[in-house]
Amino acid sequence: MTQHYAPGTHPDLPPPSNTVGPIHWLRVNLFSSIPNTIVSLIAIYLLIISVPAAIDWLFFKATYVGESRNDCARDGACWAFISERFQLFVYGFYPQAERWRVDLSAVLLGVAIAAVLWQNMPGRKWGLIFAAIYPFLAGWLLTGGMGLTPVDTNDFGGVMLTVVIGITGIAFSLPIGILLALGRQSDLPIIKYFSIGFIEFIRGVPLITLLFVASTMLSYFLPPGSNFDLLLRVLIMVTLFASAYMAEVIRGGLQALPKGQKEAADSLGLNYWQAMRLIILPQALTISIPGIVNTFIGLYKDTSLVVIIGLLDVLGVGRASVSDTAWVGLSTEVYLFVAVFFFITCFGMARYSLFLENKLNTGHKH
Amino acid sequence: MSNTRSNLLSKAWYDKETRSVIVQVLAMAVILGFFGYIINNAVINMAALGKDISFSFLWQPASYDINQHLIEYDSRSSHFSATIVGLINTILIAVAGIILATILGFILGVMRLSNNWLTQKIAYVYIEYVRNVPVLIHILLVHGIMVNTLPRPKQSYNFGDTFFLNNRGLQSPFPDIQPLFWIVIGVFVAAIVFAIWFARHAKKVQDETGKHYPVVWINLFAIIVVPFIVYFLLGSPINWEIPYLKGFNFKGGMVVRPEFIALWLALSFYTAAFIGEIVRSGIVAVSHGQTEAAHALGISSGRTLSLVVIPQALRVIVPPLTSQYLNLTKNSSLAIAIGYMDVVATIGGISLNQTGREMECMLIVMAIYLTLSLIISSVMNWYNNSIKLVER
Repeated sequence: MTQHYAPGTHPDLPPPSNTVGPIHWLRVNLFSSIPNTIVSLIAIYLLIISVPAAIDWLFFKATYVGESRNDCARDGACWAFISERFQLFVYGFYPQAERWRVDLSAVLLGVAIAAVLWQNMPGRKWGLIFAAIYPFLAGWLLTGGMGLTPVDTNDFGGVMLTVVIGITGIAFSLPIGILLALGRQSDLPIIKYFSIGFIEFIRGVPLITLLFVASTMLSYFLPPGSNFDLLLRVLIMVTLFASAYMAEVIRGGLQALPKGQKEAADSLGLNYWQAMRLIILPQALTISIPGIVNTFIGLYKDTSLVVIIGLLDVLGVGRASVSDTAWVGLSTEVYLFVAVFFFITCFGMARYSLFLENKLNTGHKH
Repeated sequence: MSNTRSNLLSKAWYDKETRSVIVQVLAMAVILGFFGYIINNAVINMAALGKDISFSFLWQPASYDINQHLIEYDSRSSHFSATIVGLINTILIAVAGIILATILGFILGVMRLSNNWLTQKIAYVYIEYVRNVPVLIHILLVHGIMVNTLPRPKQSYNFGDTFFLNNRGLQSPFPDIQPLFWIVIGVFVAAIVFAIWFARHAKKVQDETGKHYPVVWINLFAIIVVPFIVYFLLGSPINWEIPYLKGFNFKGGMVVRPEFIALWLALSFYTAAFIGEIVRSGIVAVSHGQTEAAHALGISSGRTLSLVVIPQALRVIVPPLTSQYLNLTKNSSLAIAIGYMDVVATIGGISLNQTGREMECMLIVMAIYLTLSLIISSVMNWYNNSIKLVER
């Protein structure tokens, strides 16, 4: 019956069935102890009662096409408004004939972002120069003038407006933030205390109050007779707001550098600006890139607040749909849709920030 | 002559002290010039509109209603009372939000580190979803779901005939306080004082002799159980006014409005996701060697957690926690989107529109938020200093 093997020739036995495979995995991860088992069972129960019902409502019982709320099933989600208003969600009220300019700006934005993020891009130097002039180029493309039909900024809206505010905020807050961070570290008391005062003031008040300032009283402080449009005032405020937060992130990077770097620069005879430009800032900025990306995510999410002062960004278009009589009672669907839009973009950026953090962590830590 | 002057100038420029004075004088001139310019603009613009800066409007009647007021207020009250009512509502939402967000955040942080795969993943999915969607959308979504799905008063969800949840809010009993109740409050305050004294005393005894008292249990008993016993011994000196359905709406009791509930839940859910990540990184930051060393010294698991791990983790957790509390307080200003009457909606919203005094109203709102931020950060700084590592 039993088979005999010469010593050393016995084939390996398979491992015991309870140390591999799904059974083992369940044991270790879900049912390792009695409290663990109880927690798992409660979690499984909660998932079973909530997830299928949610999926049913979201997808299987949902209505995807229709003219108005009446075409939608009552016990499912109503996504018909999205296809109906998709153009509005993307472009706002931007004139139909001029929408190629928005598309072109988006493509160029892709090029500029690639140049900033992709470190081995061929011809990256030119790409970076292009990225630096991009905000002005896009401003010209979108608002018109100098050969293009002028478009009123009141017609900006949807995803396009969200991106315009976000990109302007990040592009202009970075240089201002660097200056403020250096100012806060400065030996010169007046510059130092001015920077501290500015940063702490902006960080101490909610963005919404600054936006109210932009919409109600900023025009008082401008030269008499001049008339800025609302979007420009909002952009100024968002930029100032973001630069205070940016300054704190960059200050973190500056403080993380060992003092020897500045001393070495001094001993080489570099003056302040040379030392900053060649030695300190390149290192400090590299350290703070994850923080900068996180600030950008925060700023990008905060752009949704402009709806409170009446600009129609993605959320604003959504809210307009909620108050439309044809689509009454759809607030859950509308806000979920906008939430998914923000989630996809923000989650993508957060992943990138995480990737950078891991990449930067490979070297020695300070 | 000109040669010596240029020498003097270049000497001044290359001398560090003089140069810093020159740069600062220039900076001061630019800053003052800029502010002088915009203030001058403001004066000219306001004169052209026939406006002045004056806070006397604060004592005129506000003539608008505020649906949630914890102090006496009606439409004949002044703008100043409206501001105070708004400020109280802001503080209420901030405090309630901070408490709930902290509890949820700690639960999430522990769930993220749990060795149960399911709870870990649920916490992960929750945190990633909540963190990557703007808080304003959470507020609108929660409010929208509440308004759309909660039933009318007649079909309210009934919790033991005392609490009723419907689309007008949560109807709950109103405590009508009898004079004897103040004794219970007195006992409660005395219990807190005792707990603080006892915690210090127990720590001192432990430092000197190594004897350990069950401080947490004794203090919990003193703070929670003793006042309850006194409350029942005095014959329950609170008359609960229970709400009841009359016609189409509820009478009696008090109502927690749906805007408050929506804002409170949304702010807490949002901030809890951030606090969860902070708690997780704080616990991870305590190296495993600390736990092993404590075990090697024969300290039990529970006391390893309370004496070794948590004190060290708190040092990492508290500074970012402070900024989350500040964020929650500032985010509570989004109340205006769903009509919760906080300080932005009262003085910065309706009062501003009625009186047309943008400057004064915005100054008041900003001053209030700066003060709140200052208070929170100084309290948290004080707490942070008290748990700081004391180096010899």
